[in-house]
Amino acid sequence: MDYALRSQCFMDDRRPIRRPPASARKEAQPGWAKGLRSLYNSVVDEPLPESFDDLLKKLDGQDHGK
Amino acid sequence: MESDEPSSSTVRDDFRQSLLATLPHLRAFARGLCGRPDMADDLVQETAIKAWAAQDRFTPGTNMRAWTFAILRNHFLSELRRSRRQVDYDPDLAERLLVTGPDQEGPLHLSDMQAALQRLSPERREAVLLIGAGGFSYEEAALICDCAIGTMKSRVARARAELARMLDPSAHDDNNGASAADPPRRLAAGGASSGRQTG
Repeated sequence: MDYALRSQCFMDDRRPIRRPPASARKEAQPGWAKGLRSLYNSVVDEPLPESFDDLLKKLDGQDHGK
Repeated sequence: MESDEPSSSTVRDDFRQSLLATLPHLRAFARGLCGRPDMADDLVQETAIKAWAAQDRFTPGTNMRAWTFAILRNHFLSELRRSRRQVDYDPDLAERLLVTGPDQEGPLHLSDMQAALQRLSPERREAVLLIGAGGFSYEEAALICDCAIGTMKSRVARARAELARMLDPSAHDDNNGASAADPPRRLAAGGASSGRQTG
């Protein structure tokens, strides 16, 4: 059995196996890695909620204060 | 308007612009850390106020995102310690996350991702968020979390192995090394890794 598996590997050796370049390896990341970025980016892309209005005003006001 | 120190007001203005531009990223980081949009936004606002008050300690030209992320994570951890509140995972909120996420492709739902993140220890969660989502280098992430680069690398590796086990069953075989060092007992224990049973 082992031998059979190994010989299949050898047959595939017709194509030299090379480590893909860094960019390609990024593409090959597991789905959850993409999901982690999607989760993060989905929040980055949200407009700031209204609850931030006071904060924004405060930052503006303090600048002109002194 | 006196123009004695024009550079000072320019610096303030630059600081404010830079801080404002960072808010969406702070929200994303905070959401990932605590898993709850309301709590996350509170953290961000408190962070922005702290950052504003401490702006003299910011060196212009350095990474505003890294600087404010460090403030946020320290604030988050101290809140966590002080209140000892369980950061519960709320499936309803996760569902809303799922709806807001425009680019959900494939079988993995963002709610699953969020749930899995919340099952990591806070150290591993912040590590994988900074490296895997925030785009920071290991060096920057280590500075943000005030740890050695090697520590950061190992936290990220362990977080990735845990996430792979939770979210990608086919990855089991690929992560033999990591899973041996990290028994699944931690996962089976459920939600908050540092949580204690009360009662």
